[in-house]
Amino acid sequence: MPGKLNRLQIAWRLAQDLLEGQVVNLGAGMPLAVSNFVPPDREVIFHSENGILGFGPRPEAGKENRNLRNAGNIPITLLPGAALFHHADSFAMIRGGHVDVSVLGAYEVAENGDLANWMLPDGSRAPAVGGAMDLATGAKQVFVMMEHCSKDGAPRILKHCTLPLTGQACVSAVYTDHAVIDRDAEGFVVREMIEGIQLADLQAMTSANLRLASDWKILSAPEI
Amino acid sequence: MIDKIAPSLAEAVRDIADGSVVLIGGFIDQGTPDRLLEALAERKPRNLTVVANNPSVNKRGMEMLLRAGCIGKLVCSFPRSPSSDYIEQLIGEGKLELEVVPQGTLAERVRSAGAGIPGFYTRTAVGTPLAEGKEHREFNGETYIFENAIRGDFALINAERADRWGNLTYAGSLRNFNPVMAMGARVTIAQVREIVPAGAIDPAAVVTPGIFVKRVVKLED
Repeated sequence: MPGKLNRLQIAWRLAQDLLEGQVVNLGAGMPLAVSNFVPPDREVIFHSENGILGFGPRPEAGKENRNLRNAGNIPITLLPGAALFHHADSFAMIRGGHVDVSVLGAYEVAENGDLANWMLPDGSRAPAVGGAMDLATGAKQVFVMMEHCSKDGAPRILKHCTLPLTGQACVSAVYTDHAVIDRDAEGFVVREMIEGIQLADLQAMTSANLRLASDWKILSAPEI
Repeated sequence: MIDKIAPSLAEAVRDIADGSVVLIGGFIDQGTPDRLLEALAERKPRNLTVVANNPSVNKRGMEMLLRAGCIGKLVCSFPRSPSSDYIEQLIGEGKLELEVVPQGTLAERVRSAGAGIPGFYTRTAVGTPLAEGKEHREFNGETYIFENAIRGDFALINAERADRWGNLTYAGSLRNFNPVMAMGARVTIAQVREIVPAGAIDPAAVVTPGIFVKRVVKLED
């Protein structure tokens, strides 16, 4: 579909909604790209679950420090003002509601805010949860970024999750390749859609009921 | 004179007996006590309960314990690694029991044991498969589940610098679970890169105070 965002563009779009001074944790996979796209005049503090606040961009090739890696095991730099701490403190920050935004990938989200992102029930792999449940439940807001539909076109924004949950009623907003969708007490509200589609088109790709915000906008992102 | 410096890796792990609960520091391959784990694998204890965030992601360390048949039960948040197939095979054959715990709950269960707290209530995992069978309780209109503390017989950890009193500092992000595991066990054993004279570590910079540490062993350069 023309105008559909790629993964980096979804990360870019989400990054525009992070606010000056917020502490943000980025989940494994797609969310890690968000740190590259924060507007330069905005200071956001990134938290890594393995005990880091205030990490910066990747080091230049050849300047990596093996003793300084993020939760994805990728070498990082520290910004002036950064802090290092142990795992119990790191998760006290998450579970104690001190982290403003947790950015997570998802298999499914539901209109009651339920999130499923950790376990496929085919039993082929040992289940691995990591910090996903702590992040889903503990952060003040959970922003999900994902493709709007599965690879075979099935909706992933649902009335009820079908996969084992990561957290209940925790999702605040969903950023997809087609739309930016907020969640309020009644369910999902479309804030932005890509050019060339109507709400009916988006609804056809979505099992949950969608409402359109009165001040909705076209979703667009720079070429990345 | 207090001297917690062990003469060798083998000596440091000499009394880890069959059936012990062993807490292991590190995160992915950051700050894992790989040399202590190798020394332990050589002793081939049986039926250990191992508590760690994740199995090792290289052939050293915890994978050696798994392959040597030392682990009866694995308590971790992320049982995925290049050796995942082997872990899944052991589980399938009934040779390994696996308990998956959310990462923050794992850290807090060990920290609690170290602080004399038998358990705690948390919102993490409510409504998920990991809450099944656990006590649920409401506080201020929110549902919480009860999680037991995890007390270790031994902890194996990795630190940067130690003195003979067992005070420890860490390098960069290699700190992670190490100070937490150090608190949670009866006997904590640290492999360190450097041992310095008492007083050489600024007291204000000590991360794990020596009260939590029984033995330190310096790695060969």
